[in-house]
Amino acid sequence: MPEQPPIAVAMSGGVDSSTVAALLVRQGHKIVGMTMQLWNQRRLPELVPETAGHGRCCSLDDVYDARRVAEQVGIPYYVVNFEKQFEEQVVQPFVEEYLAGRTPIPCTLCNNYIKFDRFLEMADAVGAHYIATGHYARVRYDEPTGRYQLLRARDESKDQTYFLFGLTQKQLARTLFPLGEMVKTEVRELARAMDLSVADKGDSQEICFVPNGDYAAFMSAYLKDKGIAPQATRGAIVTTDGRTIGEHEGVHHFTVGQRRGLGIAAREPLYVISTDPETQRVVVGGNDDLLRGRFIARRVNWISIEGVTAPVRAQVKIRNKHAAAPATVQATADPTCVEVVFEDAQRAVTPGQGAVFYDGDLVLGGGWIG
Amino acid sequence: MSCLSQVYGNASSIHHFGQAAKQKLEAARRQVAALIHASPAEVVFTSGGTEADNLAILGVVRAPSRPQAHLITSAIEHSAVLATAAQLEREGVAVTHLPVSAAGTVNPDDLRRALRPETVLVSIMHANNELGTVQPIADIARIAHEAGVPLHVDGVQALGKIAVDVDSLAVDLYSMSGHKLYAPKGVGALYVRKGTRLAPTTFGGHHERDRRPGTENVPGIAALGAAAELAGRTLTAESERLAALRDRLEASVLDRISGAGINGARWNRTPNTSNIYFDGVDGEAMVIALDLRGFAVSTGSACSSGAITPSHVLIALGLSADRARSSLRFSLGRSNTAEQVDALADALAASVTHLRRISVHA
Repeated sequence: MPEQPPIAVAMSGGVDSSTVAALLVRQGHKIVGMTMQLWNQRRLPELVPETAGHGRCCSLDDVYDARRVAEQVGIPYYVVNFEKQFEEQVVQPFVEEYLAGRTPIPCTLCNNYIKFDRFLEMADAVGAHYIATGHYARVRYDEPTGRYQLLRARDESKDQTYFLFGLTQKQLARTLFPLGEMVKTEVRELARAMDLSVADKGDSQEICFVPNGDYAAFMSAYLKDKGIAPQATRGAIVTTDGRTIGEHEGVHHFTVGQRRGLGIAAREPLYVISTDPETQRVVVGGNDDLLRGRFIARRVNWISIEGVTAPVRAQVKIRNKHAAAPATVQATADPTCVEVVFEDAQRAVTPGQGAVFYDGDLVLGGGWIG
Repeated sequence: MSCLSQVYGNASSIHHFGQAAKQKLEAARRQVAALIHASPAEVVFTSGGTEADNLAILGVVRAPSRPQAHLITSAIEHSAVLATAAQLEREGVAVTHLPVSAAGTVNPDDLRRALRPETVLVSIMHANNELGTVQPIADIARIAHEAGVPLHVDGVQALGKIAVDVDSLAVDLYSMSGHKLYAPKGVGALYVRKGTRLAPTTFGGHHERDRRPGTENVPGIAALGAAAELAGRTLTAESERLAALRDRLEASVLDRISGAGINGARWNRTPNTSNIYFDGVDGEAMVIALDLRGFAVSTGSACSSGAITPSHVLIALGLSADRARSSLRFSLGRSNTAEQVDALADALAASVTHLRRISVHA
């Protein structure tokens, strides 16, 4: 009998991916552990806080933790350097999107182009067929349709399918999500039971390469590092009916639905309704002005179904923390786009974010909000 | 092992425990001195090659205080030298990095042109760690000495691989590392020619003739001495054997794998090192694939996190970043056999074919 090819586990040094590696070893699989070195923290030293804590992307501590787990469970372990690809395909688009007045989600790009693409290539290179990650999501092969389906994780509070809507059938066919059927507390218990050194390590922050979530500071530091002079980004804050009521430092400081940080006192709470990088205008208004009944999702990727010809009922999620809202998803003249029509208008449909279409637990597909 | 349990004393003590340790230390000093044709008093033990490089460069450059100082080194030095030079640069010392030819060697004429009245030290490695290329040390020494400048040579990769005679090479300082001679890690030595002005870089006791204060690593040093003696006895035969193995590997690779070639000159190299490019192949993926098959090879030097960046040595040779990333460094040693080399050539051929088929690009 030929030897089973190994499974390549993406190990970040956190509790989730460490548990995946240990679990697969316990199940008798041959494993190769790899940590993707994506971003050099020392590159923008002004952003690194003096009290360097956990949760920073690709810190030496994380690599140390991952290596220690690999030693503990007895698997070969390597650090693979994808810094160049990460910068080109995740960091640069992230900065460009903000400068263009949109609100990007780098995690989705990272999944599409790094974790489930470049990493899969590396798995191929070392003779692994499957890759496994610590994502909270489920994959299942559906015989009748012949498609790999993506499903929400059992632990709804940890579900990461919103960030995985770009995965292709080819990628899903080779992906294992061993934590998809577990809740986080079970994962920690399991990690403790297997005596993993990272069992009580804190969860990582939202955008791994942006310290403390201060993306505006990150952008300034990054643009300076690249030798790009900050463009004139000052502009006017105007109301929906066209009155100028203030000034701002650049549209990239604002995201649709934002209330704080406008620096304007008003009788009614004011929210950012839209931003326009062309004119550098930030439009503000009341909460009701944020409501949208429909929008176009672009560059749609279909997962559990082949596409839509007739309108399809779905629940559509327009940002990670959004509770998916009932809607109809219908084809448009452009086959790469669909129109989403909500049953009830939704607040802050934000350009640059993803729109993910669910049918219960099933991820039908998703696209980018125009 | 006897050094760990039986020679317990501090070599600086007067009592008989200390005297036994002192004897071990001095025996090792004679053994190391004999390997490089030096006198025992010219050997200073250190914690390894990196400390030897630091002590040599910092010690000479800082020996007298001068308003201006200039250091000459090469672009392909080990980071123990490059990082030390960079530190001196931050302290106001001027540093020149001599270029190398595509063959991987420094041109002595470049040194002649780079010398200045304020030059205080030339530091050039004996054999390059990634290529094995041997530098024209005797010529370099002559040019440096004509200008009255001492020469430090990082000999970590050469010692035990090729004959080293500090007198015929006329070097003033020569760095050595224990584990490259199969002694344990964490011990090394610096040869300091009698009369060379060297300031200590650490302070404390009077060990090593005030040159390297700190209690000596007696077990490590004793092992280094024994390793030096063994290396001296086996050098000629082992060099021939390793060179034959390396030639066998290179012939097999060049014969079987298209788009592959040797980086640097094929002549005048240490016998154990070979650096080969495989166009269109990601070296990092190849290192992992080979490691999983039981072959430990490397690309350039590993960065602190364990990930890999293109080798500064290969870039200095004039290789494109792509070709540098497609290059692997092979180091053969005492335990390697012809069967292993043949198995490695098989694994390389299979890996290159596989990687080119799935086109993982560098």
